[in-house]
Amino acid sequence: MAGDAVKLLGAWPSPVVMRARIALNLKSVGYEFVEENLGNKSQLLLQSNPVHKKIPVLIHGDKPVCESLIIVQYIDEVWSSGPGILPSDPYDLATARFWAAYIDDKWFPSLTGIAKAQDDGAKKAAIEQVSEGLALLEDAFRKCSKGKTFFGGDRVGYLDIAFGCFLGWLRVTEKMNGVELISRSKTPQLAQWAERFCADPAVKDVMPETDKLAEFAKVLFAKFKNPPSQ
Amino acid sequence: MAREEETRVKLLGLWVSPFVRRVEWALKLKGVSYDYVEEDIVNKSPLLLELNPIHQKVPVMVHNGKVICESFVLLEYIDETWKHRPLLPQDPYDRATARFWALFVEEKLMKNAWIAIFSEGEEKEKAHKVAIEAVERIEEQLKGKRFFGGDDIGYLDLAVGWVSHMLPVWDEMGSTNILDPLRFPSTTSWITNFLGHPLIRDNLPPRDRMWDYFHRKREQIMASRASD
Repeated sequence: MAGDAVKLLGAWPSPVVMRARIALNLKSVGYEFVEENLGNKSQLLLQSNPVHKKIPVLIHGDKPVCESLIIVQYIDEVWSSGPGILPSDPYDLATARFWAAYIDDKWFPSLTGIAKAQDDGAKKAAIEQVSEGLALLEDAFRKCSKGKTFFGGDRVGYLDIAFGCFLGWLRVTEKMNGVELISRSKTPQLAQWAERFCADPAVKDVMPETDKLAEFAKVLFAKFKNPPSQ
Repeated sequence: MAREEETRVKLLGLWVSPFVRRVEWALKLKGVSYDYVEEDIVNKSPLLLELNPIHQKVPVMVHNGKVICESFVLLEYIDETWKHRPLLPQDPYDRATARFWALFVEEKLMKNAWIAIFSEGEEKEKAHKVAIEAVERIEEQLKGKRFFGGDDIGYLDLAVGWVSHMLPVWDEMGSTNILDPLRFPSTTSWITNFLGHPLIRDNLPPRDRMWDYFHRKREQIMASRASD
């Protein structure tokens, strides 16, 4: 089963697609990456994820797996002889899952809230919200890492992947708004962690360059400010 | 003595919360005893605020002196800690499938059914439609199966379990028709199977109390909207 062909449907700017790529890289699993055009979704995507029609979709043999964190867990369970991604202790795992859910449900929406803010006041409030979340995550890092390099300990793990995938967009947000969100003064542990995460061999080739992502973002945000008429 | 207190499980909950209920079912299926603390969600206790400062919600579980929150996180924690009588399937693909559908039902059915019962007009119609589409998916998944988990109750049955006894009450007091038995025979069978399980049957919120609770909530929401 582990030997079957692996295909990943995704798009280079997508942070959640990156989660799956990092996990596959950590396990040294070869895969075919299929770049989707989200304005013109492929038949394969529509058939593999008929419920949500979203990326990422991992196709292992002929079986599709959807939802980025579910995909990461699947990868960890199938390629179990490779380095572990999920913490082995049930409590540490519960903690990692808690924070991953917080990041998806609360923190990342607050980050996109900055781009969607219609005026300076709203923007300031959105930035404040993101910063508050980062303070919580700084604290979470201290507790989870237990003095080591990553949330997962000595190597990149589940929570590193869940959070780290957003660093590209975080940097773009900082650049476009002239703010520092993760910094050595405000979030020293996260600042160091971010550097190490982005430099990790499993991450560096799949993390988009900030400039390239910023160009992409400009086009995308123009759509938020001037939504196409119904 | 201190060690005994620590290993004992404590669960902070709310009688009507489907998130708490699914955790209780999991503990009961595993035969894990626990101390239950009923929380007043309107006047949150210092204990709740201390244990779950970020979300200030139930369920919160304390085990071995450690705090765990979020119901799906708790179901997985319980399954990993007490390994007998597994809740999740063994096969990684089946596990991924169960997790996918649990997330789907939470995001599509629960969210939209909730909106539908507490709203009116176009908002209600839109949410109602999405909720029904979600049940159509559930119906497809259940075809030919006694439970989502196969012959016995599993993770996905627990995740979707609120549908068996809460959604019918919502349909009744919310003037919705999401769970149409004629349209969804497999889901209706599953409800009977699920509610017939002794550990579930004896662990449900009382129907009339539920009806009163949601009916009052609906009245409050409608009244506050009228006064806007």
